[in-house]
Amino acid sequence: MKQHANGNKTYKENQKNYVKYVNSITPTHSLPLNMIKAFLTGGLICAFGQLILNTAMTIGADRETAGNWCSLLLILISVILTGLNLYSKIGKFGGAGGLVPITGFANSVAASAIEYRAEGQVFGIGCKIFTIAGPVILYGILSSWILGVIYFIFQLVEVM
Amino acid sequence: MSVGKQTGKASISFTDPVYIQSTASVVGPKEGDGPLKEYFDMICEDSMFGEKTWESAESTMQKEAATLAIGKAGLTPHDIRMVFAGDLLAQTIASSFGIAEMGIPFYGLYGACSTMGESLSLGAIAVSAGYGAHILCATSSHFATAEKEFRFPLGYGSQRPLSATWTVTGSGACVIGAKVPSASSFPGASPLVHANGCAAITGITTGKVIDFGFRDSLNMGGCMAPAACDTIFRNLEDFSRSPEDYDAIITGDLGMIGQHILLDLLAEKGTDISSVHQDCGLLIYDNQVQDTHSGGSGCGCAASVLTAWLLPRIASGELKRVLFVPTGAMLSKVSFNEGAPVSGIAHGIILEHIPTPCKGGKS
Repeated sequence: MKQHANGNKTYKENQKNYVKYVNSITPTHSLPLNMIKAFLTGGLICAFGQLILNTAMTIGADRETAGNWCSLLLILISVILTGLNLYSKIGKFGGAGGLVPITGFANSVAASAIEYRAEGQVFGIGCKIFTIAGPVILYGILSSWILGVIYFIFQLVEVM
Repeated sequence: MSVGKQTGKASISFTDPVYIQSTASVVGPKEGDGPLKEYFDMICEDSMFGEKTWESAESTMQKEAATLAIGKAGLTPHDIRMVFAGDLLAQTIASSFGIAEMGIPFYGLYGACSTMGESLSLGAIAVSAGYGAHILCATSSHFATAEKEFRFPLGYGSQRPLSATWTVTGSGACVIGAKVPSASSFPGASPLVHANGCAAITGITTGKVIDFGFRDSLNMGGCMAPAACDTIFRNLEDFSRSPEDYDAIITGDLGMIGQHILLDLLAEKGTDISSVHQDCGLLIYDNQVQDTHSGGSGCGCAASVLTAWLLPRIASGELKRVLFVPTGAMLSKVSFNEGAPVSGIAHGIILEHIPTPCKGGKS
């Protein structure tokens, strides 16, 4: 073992060296390739969203209603794909490209609901449905609140 | 009967060999597609094993392996004095629920993926001390229950790093005892005896929990390799052996990266095991074809490869002496989230081919 072999080094240093050594021999996904895949996946999802938006507007919806249709349909499709065990394949291929759009959020909620269904409606689905999405909701609200406070201060300053 | 004796600092050598009387392995569909498919006793095409939840599926799988092993030994559950069993789930529910229906006195174990080594060690100690004519050792793991216990829901779209291993859906069980296994007239009996002989446990080296300060739970090989290195090195020291004294040194689930680290760490200590080393995690899947990244892992990985592939080879005499070293990573979701390092453990089991008088068996 390293810490015995090099008695003059401290235990912490040896731990650090070991972590460095392991990381140096561990293969990782190619970052540029992953970025291209994420761009393609995320781009396709967003382009599809745009298609829904434009279609809704051409058939007479106003911008806000069309936006709602876009979100709803993307969520619906994502949830159905999760149920068919297909969204995990999109996520595996696309990485952040599948994670960041609204479809990724819907996937994290639906996947948890399916997984914890066996533990009951309340303690299973009820308690655990936001296991993955929970942090997004919490910190989403927190950051909105902070921005709200900043906005409020700016308004006060302008008034004065 | 003479009991074993303490050997070196942390090993026991059994004066009388502890015989492996029968083995059984039950695996899921992915393992049934792998390179070892022809060796398993049962491949279940349904990952749910006919149950409604993943946890029950794993219990059923382990019960199936235990029942098979008992039947192959020509015994009934009443003949088993006690069972040492474990799995990866919190409070080891897969084992306790699976074995419950069989009515065998039960010890539940947790040694992460090294549990097969832990159960064989304790089982062999009990047999050697004369506390049981037949003792059952069993472990299991299931991909879906392990993902739920340690990682994400199955349907969640995430990317696994290349260092990640794939938890084996599988269970292995052995009946061990002081008597040489012999052919039985019991229907379905198929004890582990070959025309050339049989397999037995002749010694053990108990593993230590080894912490190298490594925190990446998705690089299990990196977490466990130092423990495997420690156990192998102490085993060689305690028994005054060199790696060439073993036909094979087989670790549990280090995977590609762990194997690389193990060989490097041992080389640093002046021991070269590269010519005899194999890893169950690299034997059970074809990493390229089956997309399992670094290899297989889980209690069921070491257990199913041991029972399906390794022990029959030792019984036939193809391998004369093997050091079986299942490896485990000690962590929970809580310890990981709290930033604690992932330590490793590895138990060493010496398995030997005993040529005679194991005659009269089926080959």
